[in-house]
Amino acid sequence: MLMAVRRASLFWAICLFCILALAGRAQEKPYFVTYSQDLEEPGNLELETKSALLRPDGGNRGGAMAMELEYGTRAWWTTELYLDGQTTAQDSTVFTGWRLENRIRPLMREMAVNPVIYVEYENTSGADKTVLEVVGHDGQADLAGPNSELRMQHQHEAELKLILSSNLKSWNVSENFIAEKNLGHEPWEFGYAVGAARPLRSAASGRNCTFCAEKLMAGVEAYGGLGDTSSLTLRDTSHYIAPLVGWQLPKGVRLSFSPGFGLTASSLTRIYRVGFALEFEQVGGWLHHLQGGGA
Amino acid sequence: MMRRTLGILCLVLSAALAVGATASSRWEHVPAKDHARANPLANKPEATAAGAMVYRDHCLQCHKAEAQGDGKRRPSLRSERIRNASDGDIEWFLRQGDLGHGMPSWSSLPEAQRWQVVAYLRSVQ
Repeated sequence: MLMAVRRASLFWAICLFCILALAGRAQEKPYFVTYSQDLEEPGNLELETKSALLRPDGGNRGGAMAMELEYGTRAWWTTELYLDGQTTAQDSTVFTGWRLENRIRPLMREMAVNPVIYVEYENTSGADKTVLEVVGHDGQADLAGPNSELRMQHQHEAELKLILSSNLKSWNVSENFIAEKNLGHEPWEFGYAVGAARPLRSAASGRNCTFCAEKLMAGVEAYGGLGDTSSLTLRDTSHYIAPLVGWQLPKGVRLSFSPGFGLTASSLTRIYRVGFALEFEQVGGWLHHLQGGGA
Repeated sequence: MMRRTLGILCLVLSAALAVGATASSRWEHVPAKDHARANPLANKPEATAAGAMVYRDHCLQCHKAEAQGDGKRRPSLRSERIRNASDGDIEWFLRQGDLGHGMPSWSSLPEAQRWQVVAYLRSVQ
């Protein structure tokens, strides 16, 4: 028994070493909901988890996690796969579905405001509690039911976003306009997300440091629903404001944290988010080499 | 059918050539005010050292150690073009990137860090 535990520990230690040896460094904003113009560098793969802890009124505490695989297909095109799941206290743990998204920069130049087109297909259940976007009349009541009921609601949705983003000196300011359509004859739903973030220090210090100001980012994001085609309104919609902190650790590891606060009656009172990201450099070139495409 | 295929091929080739032409003349499109900008961190050894670390974090994976490239798709930055470019040209190129040819835009880096990278690139020429 002890031998098996040791073997397992050794296996995981080797895995961790390999992961950290391959990992590179990400340079992304600590946003959870808002997208900026930053795309994945071509050939790089980022593994990221975004967790949300929440408690809807009349429901049990829950934790949801989205695991995200983000690949830089081209310098102007990033593709991502999300796998979502959640666990609810005194209930169950369920896989809630997957999402496939693509982000494309249509203009090859850097402008004062840079547009990015975002196209996503979602195949999730009503039990999804990642709250990675808020649209239409989404509210805490949607999250309060038991998993056995919520997972019966299938959501096949297409989502479009117009991402507008600017880098001004050390600041990033991003605005997202969201349109989501449940493919089962539901109306279009709308939402927004806006964010601003910057590193605590603009210039690099020139020394190897883990806890120095240029490795820390701070910001804030706000997001919410804007109703749907039948009632384009702020009434009965959820809105949140969330301060953000991001920390760039050595070996391409990035941590981020955000407490979000609901601003309306239908919003969750609080939602705590934790993010963990790890970037692997030039995975595309490595795969190409394995296939015999390299020299 | 053959004519249609040839038409599509011509269109694709024209598009590729147009992109290629844009790339080859990209440096010529640096706005005059950017071209004239001087590196505010020039001749500061600490800026060069800091630039080396920023380079290591963000540029090394493609342009390799000492900015030498890989001799194939990853270009060396120790080139006549970089030597002849002004500091402002290089900062502009870092900010713009060349998305059509795989070079990301580094506008996400704070401006001070881009100037530090320029200082580092000057030091390895």
